[in-house]
Amino acid sequence: MHLVVYLPLAVPLLAAASARHIASRLPPSVATWLLAGAAVALAAGSTAVLGLLALSAVIQIPLVAALGDMSLSMVQRHDPASLSAAIAAGVLLAAVTAAATRAAWRRGRALASAARHARCLPGPGQLVVIPDGAADAYTLPGWPGRIVVTAGMLDALAPAERRVLLAHERAHAAGRHYLFTVAAYLAAAANPLLRPLAAAVTYTVERWADERAAADCGDRALAARAVARAALASAERPRSGRHGPARTAAGTLQSTAGTLRSAALGIAGMAAMRGAGPVPRRVAALLAPPPRFRPLLVAAIAALVLISGVSVLDAAASLHAFVELAQAHLAS
Amino acid sequence: MKARSGQDPGGGSRRAAGELEAAVLAVLHAAGTPLPPGAVRERLGDGSLAYTTVVTILSRLHAKGVLERSRSGRAYAYAPVADEPGLAARKMASVLAGEPDREAVLARFVSRLSRSDEELLRRMLDAGPGGRADGPGDHTG
Repeated sequence: MHLVVYLPLAVPLLAAASARHIASRLPPSVATWLLAGAAVALAAGSTAVLGLLALSAVIQIPLVAALGDMSLSMVQRHDPASLSAAIAAGVLLAAVTAAATRAAWRRGRALASAARHARCLPGPGQLVVIPDGAADAYTLPGWPGRIVVTAGMLDALAPAERRVLLAHERAHAAGRHYLFTVAAYLAAAANPLLRPLAAAVTYTVERWADERAAADCGDRALAARAVARAALASAERPRSGRHGPARTAAGTLQSTAGTLRSAALGIAGMAAMRGAGPVPRRVAALLAPPPRFRPLLVAAIAALVLISGVSVLDAAASLHAFVELAQAHLAS
Repeated sequence: MKARSGQDPGGGSRRAAGELEAAVLAVLHAAGTPLPPGAVRERLGDGSLAYTTVVTILSRLHAKGVLERSRSGRAYAYAPVADEPGLAARKMASVLAGEPDREAVLARFVSRLSRSDEELLRRMLDAGPGGRADGPGDHTG
């Protein structure tokens, strides 16, 4: 195995570096599929080469060489990868397997628990309103998923904005978006270099629901307002019961004639956006034209995945060839 | 996307237990008065639902502490315990709070805002700090 075997360990770095760029430059549905898919493929690739490297050390154990009918002397003399690298790979593989298993277990339990509660929540419909003054809204995964909205959130939004909120949450439920975030999360557990991709997927999934909601309601600026207002409402804890600061925020925002100044956004500038969290970026994205499909970007990520996959296959093939050679040596 | 309607009578496929519970709860909430199983079954409007099934669901909900019951002739009359949506919310919060992946599992409409994010949002909305408070916000729009 030549240096090519280390490629699938390095490629995730490139993918991670480009994750945020991709998340904002591609249509969110495409970005979600691409990032989640790439994360899973790259994680599989890096885990596979760790396995192959570890295997190249394992076959040097006399018992294993004997069981595999391989010439021990040949295996040890021409070891396909340096022993120290192989052992390090074995250690990493064990760590990564443990981490991924633990992550899968915990996330699976959380999902099952949430789905159970989604089924048992009162009310016949998909939507459940909870009489809580704090503004909050979320979708619980499940078959079917349920949408939970607090009374405080409904209070803070105008009727048109409530429609945006519900359309957004319905998009999450219908699109089973939690599958994408779980897949990317597990991939990042198997290869921590992929964490930026997992973070990007949680963002693009929100953007996907935002765009669906904006399309359903036919007004992207309205969707932007709804997101902004909901965020500000949820950031304020009602200090004097339900009719506290949440109402004031709503009143303040209402008084700006309901228009968002994208010019103000220009002034706020790209510099401000640089360090901004996901919510302002979502609002900005809704105020800007929807991102175009960019085939070159998709091709670039696909190429990275392809490089990783081909490297894995090459490493497997060369290890296989080596084993056969060792077996032939023993036989001769 | 399936439309979920608990009052959908006799919909061919078997409904999940949780959905039936939700439908029964909805009926009892709407009734506003304790009901025996026969009346609940009538109001569910699902002819295919057996009386014994309704009794089972009601007893299960009673065991969960969601319903209270009192003797009414031969059968029990069931009524929802007060503050039931709040109960559901608290139950969910307490169970999910034990899960480290709780935040990740819920797809929140808006995630937590940092101070700078709040500022940025307010600037984007062109509402200055303090703003113009128009009394309780109106709901037009």
